[in-house]
Amino acid sequence: MKSGCPGADNIIVVRDLHYARGQAMVFDGLDLEIRRGGVTAIMGPSGTGKTTLLRLITGQEIPDRGSILFDGDEVTRMSRRQLFRMRRRVGMLFQNGALLTDLNVYDNVAFPLREHTRLPERLIRHIVLTKLHAVGLRGAWRLMPAQLSGGMARRVALARAIVMDPDIIYYDEPFVGLDPISMGVVVRLIRRMNDALGLTSVVVTHDVDEVSTIADCSFLLADGRVAATGTPEQLRDHHSETVTQFMQGMADGPVPFHYPAPDYGEQLLAPERD
Amino acid sequence: MTAPRVPGWRRLLLEAGYSLRDFFGTFGAGQLFLLRILASLPYALARPRLVIQQVYVAGVQSLVVIMLAGLFVGMVLALQGHNTLSRFGAEDTIGMVAALGLVRELGPVVTALLFAGRAGTALSSEIGLMKATDQLAGMEMMAVDPIKRVVAPRFLGGVIAVPILTLIFNAMGIFGAWLEAVIVLGVDEGAFWSQMQAQVDLQDDVLSGIVKSVFFGVAASLLAVFEGYNCVPTAEGVGRATTRAVVHTSLTVLVLNFMLTAWLLGGN
Ligand SMILES: Nc1ncnc2c1ncn2[C@@H]1O[C@H](COP(=O)(O)OP(=O)(O)OP(=O)(O)O)[C@@H](O)[C@H]1O
Ligand SMILES: [Mg+2]
Repeated sequence: MKSGCPGADNIIVVRDLHYARGQAMVFDGLDLEIRRGGVTAIMGPSGTGKTTLLRLITGQEIPDRGSILFDGDEVTRMSRRQLFRMRRRVGMLFQNGALLTDLNVYDNVAFPLREHTRLPERLIRHIVLTKLHAVGLRGAWRLMPAQLSGGMARRVALARAIVMDPDIIYYDEPFVGLDPISMGVVVRLIRRMNDALGLTSVVVTHDVDEVSTIADCSFLLADGRVAATGTPEQLRDHHSETVTQFMQGMADGPVPFHYPAPDYGEQLLAPERD
Repeated sequence: MTAPRVPGWRRLLLEAGYSLRDFFGTFGAGQLFLLRILASLPYALARPRLVIQQVYVAGVQSLVVIMLAGLFVGMVLALQGHNTLSRFGAEDTIGMVAALGLVRELGPVVTALLFAGRAGTALSSEIGLMKATDQLAGMEMMAVDPIKRVVAPRFLGGVIAVPILTLIFNAMGIFGAWLEAVIVLGVDEGAFWSQMQAQVDLQDDVLSGIVKSVFFGVAASLLAVFEGYNCVPTAEGVGRATTRAVVHTSLTVLVLNFMLTAWLLGGN
């Protein structure tokens, strides 16, 4: 298997990223590169800041310190106008799809085209139906988002994310809550889209097994930094305890299962909560 | 029941203080928000279909409520007016009295309050839910400004709908007054209409009422979209934002009404 890990041509470069959310330190000197053209997985236990990382990379939040380069441009210093220009090259798949509830499937997918282009309606129709066909939902164009199942909504959102032919797509937890069939469909779709359209794909997930089948390179986040980098095989054979614990799903290890808490017995016996 | 007196009073005062601070805090932030919306108006005006759709939605939601309310307010005005005026043998002026009360005060104020309760709450919760379900963040990620695409058309729709609804309320109110005075209480129909026609001035009365309703439309629509857009993005947060929008709109409309009345009366 080719190594898809960072090489010479990186579309995203994150350097020394620091970000705190109130008291909680989310990133503490994170360094990470995403190579153009591959499927990159970002994995990590719940609450390590995977979603936050996507929000930072896309300029929805501003870090306390550090640099984030998107195709050579500093995201942290972009004006709103520059951010919008960058985001026109970016597709993002939110966990719940984030479809516009007052538009039907067709109009949802057509939305970015209608906002950003002056294409004639006939051409828009052609593009929308092509994208819907790619996710297998051409027949559902008339349905409203409320009439879709979770998996269908996510596929519509995927069609919408690719309708402007972006350079890069971010997927936030694309596999959560999918049945095995939809899961397989979405997994293969991500890989197929990536290769057919020449995209860069970034998949945020804690589903090790699923993402291993399509990722060229994986990052494992822990304690506000990258704990390990490599192909899925390399991560599986990793010697670090943190990595082994996560990859094999063990409750005990360096990553605590419990949120920091006082002694269990003491808290149970204490007269009042405090 | 013997509730602890002093702490009760203190809590009441504290509560009042919080409400006032909340109200004036909203006032400042609301003005900034208004500027952002105004900056987005060219976008909204370039898409009249979006605005017309919102006028339609807001209008249709409130129409039946407004018409019924107008009818009954007109009827009760005629009833009270008849009761008082007949003591002086001045029942003939009843049409004028009812029309003036409606056109100058009750029409704009009651319409704005009902609009806040019906269409305004729908606006707040719609925008709040869009925020809670990442639809607004999704738009941001598609390089579309939600203030332009979502907030501005809804604001403009409300601003246009309120004066129209006020006119409908007024018309229904006058119809209700006629129904009660002429049909039920037997006031002379010719006197009813001629007194009204002679004494109600188009500019001083009707127009000043419309001016008020435009201000109320801006206040009600602004607070509704503001609270929705700035809500805590959870189910509970959306509910709370909706309530705050109604409370703040009601207060604003009543205070604004006093100030506008003083201004409009002082002007002539
Ligand atoms: N609105 C918020 N206010 C305060 N802290 C927050 C907020 N959102 C997230 N956090 C904190 O930031 C940290 C990272 O959250 P994030 O949502 O990025 O995690 P995640 O890796 O995506 O987790 P999951 O796998 O469960 O989605 C968490 O520890 C969380 O407590
Ligand atoms: Mg997350």
